[in-house]
Amino acid sequence: MRLITHNMLSSNIKGVTNGFPLRIQVEKVVEKEVDFNPDFLRNMFAKIEWKALTEASKTLGYADLPEETEPLMLESEEFLRKLHHALLELHLEEGALVCPETGRKFPVNKGIPNMLLHEDEV
Amino acid sequence: MPYKVAQIGLVSSHPEVYDPCDDSFVLVDALLADRVNLAQHQPSICMEIGCGSGYVVTSLALILGKEVPHPALYIATDINPYAVSVTRETLEAHGCFADVVNTDIANGFEKRLSKSVDVIVVNPPYVPTPEDEVGCKGITSAWAGGENGRTVIDRILLVAEELLSDKGWLYMVTLAANKPVELCIEMKKKGFASRIILQRSTDEESLQVIKFWRDVDGLQLEVNAEENVGVNSKLFFNPFSFWKRGNQLSN
Repeated sequence: MRLITHNMLSSNIKGVTNGFPLRIQVEKVVEKEVDFNPDFLRNMFAKIEWKALTEASKTLGYADLPEETEPLMLESEEFLRKLHHALLELHLEEGALVCPETGRKFPVNKGIPNMLLHEDEV
Repeated sequence: MPYKVAQIGLVSSHPEVYDPCDDSFVLVDALLADRVNLAQHQPSICMEIGCGSGYVVTSLALILGKEVPHPALYIATDINPYAVSVTRETLEAHGCFADVVNTDIANGFEKRLSKSVDVIVVNPPYVPTPEDEVGCKGITSAWAGGENGRTVIDRILLVAEELLSDKGWLYMVTLAANKPVELCIEMKKKGFASRIILQRSTDEESLQVIKFWRDVDGLQLEVNAEENVGVNSKLFFNPFSFWKRGNQLSN
């Protein structure tokens, strides 16, 4: 699971008011190179919850993202490359996503998160 | 060497996962036929709900991959834990990538991807079955559709309504038994225009691919049949062919 996906997932267990962002429990992280595409990054940028990304990135071992952003940064290749790396090249292969309110774990195996809810959570 | 669509020889399989079949092919054929529109559309986020073997999402990525100036984010979901693994393998075999999640429809994504997905493709479980077959996580989930085959379709449409961006398009396979005209009427009440973009009859099934989009500017054909007109006349007028924004197909 890449951080771009993590940034789009929340826990909607019954009763949870704010299930975003999910905390990450790491067992195995893999880095996989992907072609750098600045247009794609600029396009996605508006959608990203920045704090959730920086926290998740640190959890996966990459702490180079700036804490705050400003629009001019989208013109900086250096910034875009860091964003590219954090968002698209870090894969949580094994571990779990954790609901921030209930602590319920959604396992991640072979890079695929299991977000299926139990009957009593729906 | 990029392929035009997913290659059957490279599609991974598992006994508990639905192999590509006529319904998968009709959906991909519809996407292929619409590829010029899809390219102009420049989707940022694409999603397949119920990815099964990965045949359709892989094909979508291949179709769009050649056409758009910047790549899209592809997300693939399936309730079946074997399907998500198989999809991942199929994508990899074609040199494609999608973020794959094991979930029920798009559970977990609704909040953050609300009004954000530009293309959704779905080949839903459309076969009329007893209700108790619906919702199993094994291979049955690929076809079990409950009464009129509509139980899961109706839930998917609710989710699509939430996720589709203002310019979002939904492509969905249906069976004649799902009463597609009724489906289109219900979606119209929610502000969605629609068009049957491909029809195909096999020995066993009569399949349609319906394309839905938000009717944002409220343009409608004069001839569109209102709710108090019978079903037969709606079919005669084909009122759901909204020709606009260059969205034209010859079939």
